[in-house]
Amino acid sequence: MEQIDNGPAVLYIDRHLVHEVTSPVAFAGLEHRGLQVFRPQQTIATPDHNVPTVDQHLPIRDLLSKSQVDKLTENCNRHGITLYGLNHPYQGIVHVIGPELGLTQPGMTIVCGDSHTATHGAFGSVAFGIGTSEIEMVLASQCIMQPKPKTMRITLDGQLKKGVTAKDIILFIISEISASGGTGYFIEYAGSAFQNLSMEGRMTVCNMSIECGSRGGLIAPDEVTFTYLKGREFAPKGTEWEKAMEYWKSLRTDDDAVFDLELKYNAADIEPMITYGTNPGMGMKISATIPDGSSLTEKEKPSFFKALQYMDIEPGTPMLGRRVDYVFVGSCTNGRIEDLRAFAGFVKGKKKDSGVVAWIVPGSRQVEKQAHAEGLVKVLEEAGFAFRQPGCSACLAMNDDKIPEGKYAVSTSNRNFEGRQGPGARTFLASPLTAAAAALTGKITDPREFL
Amino acid sequence: MPIEKFSTIVSACVPLPIENVDTDQIIPARFLKATSRKGFGENLFRDWRYDRNDRPKEDFVLNQKTWSGSILVAGKNFGSGSSREHAAWAIYDYGFRVVVSSFFADIFKNNALNNGLLPVQVSEGFLAALLKEIQENPVSQVKVDLEKQVITLLSTGASEKFDINSYKKKCLLNGYDDIDYLLSIGDKIKDYEKLKNH
Ligand code: SF4
Repeated sequence: MEQIDNGPAVLYIDRHLVHEVTSPVAFAGLEHRGLQVFRPQQTIATPDHNVPTVDQHLPIRDLLSKSQVDKLTENCNRHGITLYGLNHPYQGIVHVIGPELGLTQPGMTIVCGDSHTATHGAFGSVAFGIGTSEIEMVLASQCIMQPKPKTMRITLDGQLKKGVTAKDIILFIISEISASGGTGYFIEYAGSAFQNLSMEGRMTVCNMSIECGSRGGLIAPDEVTFTYLKGREFAPKGTEWEKAMEYWKSLRTDDDAVFDLELKYNAADIEPMITYGTNPGMGMKISATIPDGSSLTEKEKPSFFKALQYMDIEPGTPMLGRRVDYVFVGSCTNGRIEDLRAFAGFVKGKKKDSGVVAWIVPGSRQVEKQAHAEGLVKVLEEAGFAFRQPGCSACLAMNDDKIPEGKYAVSTSNRNFEGRQGPGARTFLASPLTAAAAALTGKITDPREFL
Repeated sequence: MPIEKFSTIVSACVPLPIENVDTDQIIPARFLKATSRKGFGENLFRDWRYDRNDRPKEDFVLNQKTWSGSILVAGKNFGSGSSREHAAWAIYDYGFRVVVSSFFADIFKNNALNNGLLPVQVSEGFLAALLKEIQENPVSQVKVDLEKQVITLLSTGASEKFDINSYKKKCLLNGYDDIDYLLSIGDKIKDYEKLKNH
């Protein structure tokens, strides 16, 4: 909208999503300045991080969590902001409900006080996470101040192998460029392998853009995008739809666009991936051996060995066959209906390993409802899995779903940081298929053995 | 929330020679439940600082009397991970005013600047020399001059210029923030909205 000399640009925000954890201080700041929300109809709120995933009809037992959820309700009421509260049919993880309600549309600027806002880039929108001060800016003025990012294009052509999913693509990319390789960049994902992904797969990829340090990532909108959006609750209708389509189709990147950095990979080189360390860049092909650290510089070594020590893993050993205590399927990375379909399809007619505790958590109320309607829940239950209620759950352990100290979890979420899934918890990030294989065998298992 | 004006700082440093310090380590998620900005310093680096029974871990630098000061010096890629601004608040609330590293995660850097915490990005070489000096000589003083954009290790005289966006610099020096600015251009924003809806 405006570029300050030698400073950031003022960016107008079309859609602002809000959850209970990062917003209370922003609302307080607004009130401290005696301001009202400038454009309340462009903000939508839902509680997700803190909510329990069982007995959601009961009051939240953790008093601090309850106070944040109550505060969100109070702030939304006071400022006339639409809230999909607990038990509302649209409640869910903020990055799951935005797309499924058609709130996320191509060409929009979308922000949320949450780093995984990058998810919405799957629709060709400019979407990224912001801090609480910036939430306050959006509430006060519908704008934020942003320095212009550098641009990176990652092109992936070719056919994915059987058993390789969108999650493996993004874990592969992060392992290639490292957990900080994308810092300062905005990524465009291009090439046939991304075009062939479903919207849900594209969301999984864009979602984890932040895990290589980049603010966001996007994929140009195409027929897949439009088909997904058509008929959704808040998608444009009638002549509005025609008008929107015209605009959306104009959003493709020029063929001669120049990027600050171009990377190219071949889809056929990607295998099912898994992480072994304590940042998402510490990932590898599931059948490979964990690096022994000998190729690292002296400066890199302490962090590497500290990570393996936390994980209680010997360098140079294989991942396959390693014991697994917990399996978590869910989160804004892999908690959508397609993920549940993939998982349920995999375990259908088989039995969960008795030593594994598995939490299968839908990303939203609507996903939950659909999983019931499609009979997935029945399949899961017959295979020995319990199906929980929507929320962030064990992705960040702010609620009751925590992996106990020292235990190993295969998780479809997005972060394997120390303590992310509970104090002392040890996380292996992987796809829903790899999670399913681990749940059936109690060990890290190549999902292709079952395909 | 107006921020504190930043002027020149001269202080001893606290060394944290670890790379990829993510925001989950700076302030674990379970401490994000407060609804105000104050008090997060108590839980800064909680799981590195205290054991399961809330006893201080003696080997962690914040529990050692040897080091103190308002400058935190950390390894590469500081502040990666979640966008929680609580990470910047916790560091500030604990008493730090500057974080020095050879690389910062984007969101953290923004969040820090919005809260009067100055991220100073230095070269790998300078960082290594700085860490070595403060580990060997904990009382070593460092001067951070925002006006001149220079960081100096006073004991050796080694110094380096650092970058900061000139707008952000002005904000920090004057103690005003982006919201003050955005509010001042309210009419422009409304004009833009009209244009957009046509
Ligand atoms: S599912 Fe995890 S990553 Fe996604 S919004 Fe929730 S806590 Fe954040």
